[in-house]
Formats: sequence, C-alpha cells, structure tokens
Amino acid sequence: MRDEIVLATHGLTRRFGGLVAVNDVDFDVKANEIHAILGPNGAGKSTLINLLSGEIPPSEGQVLYRQQPIQGKSARQIARMGIGRSHQKTNIFPRLTCLQNCELAARIHMGGVFGSWRSRQTAQKVSERAQEVLDTCQLNHRAYTTAADMSYGEQRQLQIAMVLATAPSLMLLDEPMAGMGREETAQVTDLLASLTDRYTLVLIEHDMDSVFRLADRITVMVDGCVLESGPTEQIRTSEKVRDVYLGRHDEEAIA
Amino acid sequence: MLHRYPKRAAFIMLILTTLIAAFPLWGEVVFGSQANFILEKLTLMLILALFAMSLDLLVGVLGLVSLGHALFFGLGAYTLALASPDFSPASMWWMLPLVMGVSACVGLVIGVLVIRTKGIFFIMTTLAFGQMLYYFISTSQFAGGTDGVFIMFRPSLELGGSTLLDLDNPYSFFYFCLGMLLVGYLFLRWLTRSYFGQVLDGIHDNEHRMQALGYATSGYKLIAFVIAGVMAAVAGMLAAMQYGFANPAQLGWHTSGEVLMMLILGGMGTIFGPILGAFAYEILLYIYEHTTTHWPILMGVTIIVAVLILPRGIAGLIIAPPWHRKRQTSAEIVGKESKASVSAQPVTQSKED
Repeated sequence: MRDEIVLATHGLTRRFGGLVAVNDVDFDVKANEIHAILGPNGAGKSTLINLLSGEIPPSEGQVLYRQQPIQGKSARQIARMGIGRSHQKTNIFPRLTCLQNCELAARIHMGGVFGSWRSRQTAQKVSERAQEVLDTCQLNHRAYTTAADMSYGEQRQLQIAMVLATAPSLMLLDEPMAGMGREETAQVTDLLASLTDRYTLVLIEHDMDSVFRLADRITVMVDGCVLESGPTEQIRTSEKVRDVYLGRHDEEAIA
Repeated sequence: MLHRYPKRAAFIMLILTTLIAAFPLWGEVVFGSQANFILEKLTLMLILALFAMSLDLLVGVLGLVSLGHALFFGLGAYTLALASPDFSPASMWWMLPLVMGVSACVGLVIGVLVIRTKGIFFIMTTLAFGQMLYYFISTSQFAGGTDGVFIMFRPSLELGGSTLLDLDNPYSFFYFCLGMLLVGYLFLRWLTRSYFGQVLDGIHDNEHRMQALGYATSGYKLIAFVIAGVMAAVAGMLAAMQYGFANPAQLGWHTSGEVLMMLILGGMGTIFGPILGAFAYEILLYIYEHTTTHWPILMGVTIIVAVLILPRGIAGLIIAPPWHRKRQTSAEIVGKESKASVSAQPVTQSKED
C-alpha cells in the first residue's frame, strides 16, 4: 500500500507565450507520503500544482491519478475525483462562518446541496464532518465566527480544514504556512504531520525547517525543471541542491 | 451570520407592513379625497418592491449585476396582455402559472447564454438581451408596437364559480399585491438561508474556490437567474394589471436602471432592503416630480449622496446604525490588533442574531 503510486506526471510541460514555466517534469507521489516541492521563486512550483489540480491545462505531457489520465479535465471534475487543494493566497469565503466554510466543502462530497435539502440525515452528516475537521485543525472555538474576522493564521488553518472536509485522498497544499508566525507555523506543521496516516500530501513550502521535518521525499525545481528528486536525507546532503537553492538563494529561502 | 439580521430589522419591517396593510383604515383620515390615488401609488410600490427584491437575488446575493432585468418584468406584462381574451376576464389560476412558465423558459434560454460571463460582460449581455426584446416588441404588430397592448379585463380569482377576491376592486388588488410581496419575501428569505443560498454566497465570495471544491457553479447561477426572472415576471404581470396595459417601456433598460437604483438605495443582499428601496425611490420620485421639471438631476444627486453616506443602503442603516457603529469601534480596535483582515466586511455581522 505504502509504495502504491497515487499520482505521476510524464513529460509535463506548460508554456506561457515564450516562457516555459514547467518543463518536461516527471515526478510521482506515493500513497501516504508527504512529497514536498522546493524551489526558488519562479521555479514553476505553483504552476505545477495548478496543472495537477486542473486549474490550467498542460501544454504537453500527461498526469496520471491512480493510473487514470486526468489532464484536460476541469478543476471541478478533478476535485470530485478526490484531489483537494489549497491556494497560496488565502482562499476562503469571508462572509460565511468558519463552520459554514467547512460545510460547503463537506457537502459537495456527501450528497450535495440538494441531498442536504432532502434529507435531515445528510445535513446532519455534513455538519458532523465539518465539526470533525474543525476539531482536527483546532478551530472549533471559532466555529461561529465570520471567516473575515479571524486572524490570518486561523484563516490559513481554515483553508486546510476545508480541504480536509472534502475528504480527498490526495491533498495539494500551496504554501500553507506562507506569512505565518513561528508559533502558528509550528502548529500547522504538527497538524500536517498528524495527517499522514490518512492522507497523501503534496506540499509546496518555503519554510525549510518544516519541509525537512515533514517531507518523506522532496523534489527540487529550478527554472521549471526538476533538479533532483529523492528522499529527504538525499536532498539535504545533495551538492547540486546546495549550490542552486540552499546556497545561492539562502536568504531568499529563509525570507 | 450572513442573512441573519438584528431583531430591530424584523421589528421595523413588521410595523411598516402593519401600517401599510391598515392603510384603508387611516388613509381617508390623513389624505382625504386623495386616498384612492395614494392607494394606487402604494399598490405600485408593492409591485416594484417585488421586482426589486427579485433583482436582489442576482445582484446582492449572487453578485451578478444585471442591466436587463426589466426583460422579465415586461415579459410578464406582455404574457398577460397577449394571453388575456378581449371580451372576458382571464382566470388568475391560468395566468399566474402561464406567466411563470413562459418567464422560466425564457430565463433558462437567456440564462444559459449569459451565465458564462461575469462583471461588466454580464452587465452588457443582459443589457443586450433586454434591448433585443425591447426592439422586437416595439416594432411588432402583434404586440401593438410602441403603443403596447391594452388589457380590457383584469384576470379574476375564482374558486368553484364564486369570486374569491375581486381584483377589479382597488382595495382587493392592493391586498393581493401585498400578499404576493409577502410570499416572495418569505420564499427568498428561506432560499437565502438554505443550503442552496449558502452556495450562492460562496459563489459571490469566491467562485473559483467553489469550483475547486467541486461545485458546478454555472448550474446554481442558472437556477438563481431563472428564479429571479420568474419573480420579476410575476411583478410585471401585477404591474400590467395595475396599469391596464403592457408597454414597451416596461421592458427597456430605463426600467432595469431604475430598479437597480431602488436596490442601491435600499441595500443590496438583504432581501428586505430592496423593499424599502422601492418605497423610498417612488416617494422621492413623487416629491421631486412635483418640485421641479428637472427632477432627474435631484434624483441623481440623491443616489450619489446615498451611495456615499449609506454604502449599504437603508437596510445598512437599520442593521448597523451609526450610533451603534461608534460604540463598537473601540472594541474593534483591540480585537483587530493581531488580525489581518482580508476583506472590508464590517465586524458587526458576527454580533448579530
């Protein structure tokens, strides 16, 4: 089970005009691992996530999710296949309460809006699921707070809670700790670490400490290409990575 | 919480509704011989309130500004006018479902086409469809061209041969319109608070995210578009009954613009706001029209001032009165110190209900 490949890309390429944002990328994600993607700004990390979640179509190449090609499917279809994602920018529904945010996320995978209308049971299940993910993300004390009134860190946590509420088998997290304080970062790191027994995670993150603590495997990207991919220890000691990323872009990485 | 308002909003609306419902009792005492004229005006305001409320589902709740909503208003009027027999009253039991059915079909066809667009493009496409029907009707012989169609007999509301409500009587018709407005209001209130309403709020806030969650947002938007259209058509049908004719002016973009102003004046996204907006707009219009021939200037200035000092309209004044806001700011500052708010939503919402 652990070595089953959940997601794989073959020769994945995306061009924006003359710019090749993602260039011939081959990488794979195994079940129940945390696979981190590292790279300096502009390396094509976010574009890669957008390609995997169907937000933008690839120019060339293939994305296989559980051996099924998913390139060309819409973001909605991919979401319903079990790939949940969070965005780099905080992406919640500011006027709804914390609980409502999670309910919206949970409902679509549990009989949908009209199901909750028809049956009290579905509505109950959705509500329970939403409460459950708020518990997991330690946000239950904020359940009835309007999302816009929560702190930035809480909003980021809510975003993870919403991805969890959709009960995905694969989570794509785009910089979940961006802009967070030290304490909040530690909290989210713990949260993500606790998820690995149930979920498979693809993580883009700049916070090196968290990445090396969390990730089972790391793929390093530079200028749209995969520089090196392998277990965390291999990346930590890799000369190539040190030169390109940890060395030259050290300050940037910490910032 | 969204679509939950402080008790005083319900209280104020209840008082106003009671006052209006009791108009036949106090109207003659206050207005004397003018009472009948005022009753007619009030009936029109009730109809326009229903119309404005239907647009609120699109503009305020869903966040799609339509400049072609009068299309449905006029469609309702013309459906009634053209379907009514010349020498006998039609039955309301047939006319209401017919108007709703026709507008739902038209709404579905137009909706499929316009719902793909957003922002300015949604405004332009809805305007285009509205104007298309406007020019089609005003140049068509069967629809009476620019003169419109007269309705010789108001539809009757009968049950088992006996008249249930004599709609020719201005007082009965007034109560009929009040009833329709109440039904419309309760329906929208229920809808916005339902799971479906929550999805509409989600689309308003962040459609992209809704899609990423797996929602087929177009379907929800289409349903909302059709519902808004059907309600506007019912309002249009009532207006045609009130005026006694259907006229191309009821279809044009002027009417769409006016109802949009009622919405802005009343407060978007609140459902009860547009009702207040419709009344306020019509009262202002009446006063200005009798003050000067250049009343559009006065109206324009009023709308600008209203937008500047009452960004959430009259409803905003009720939900968060200025004196209330001042009291909250100090508490707000303390609470906000460690917070980085993503949106400019007032904090007051969380303290309601």
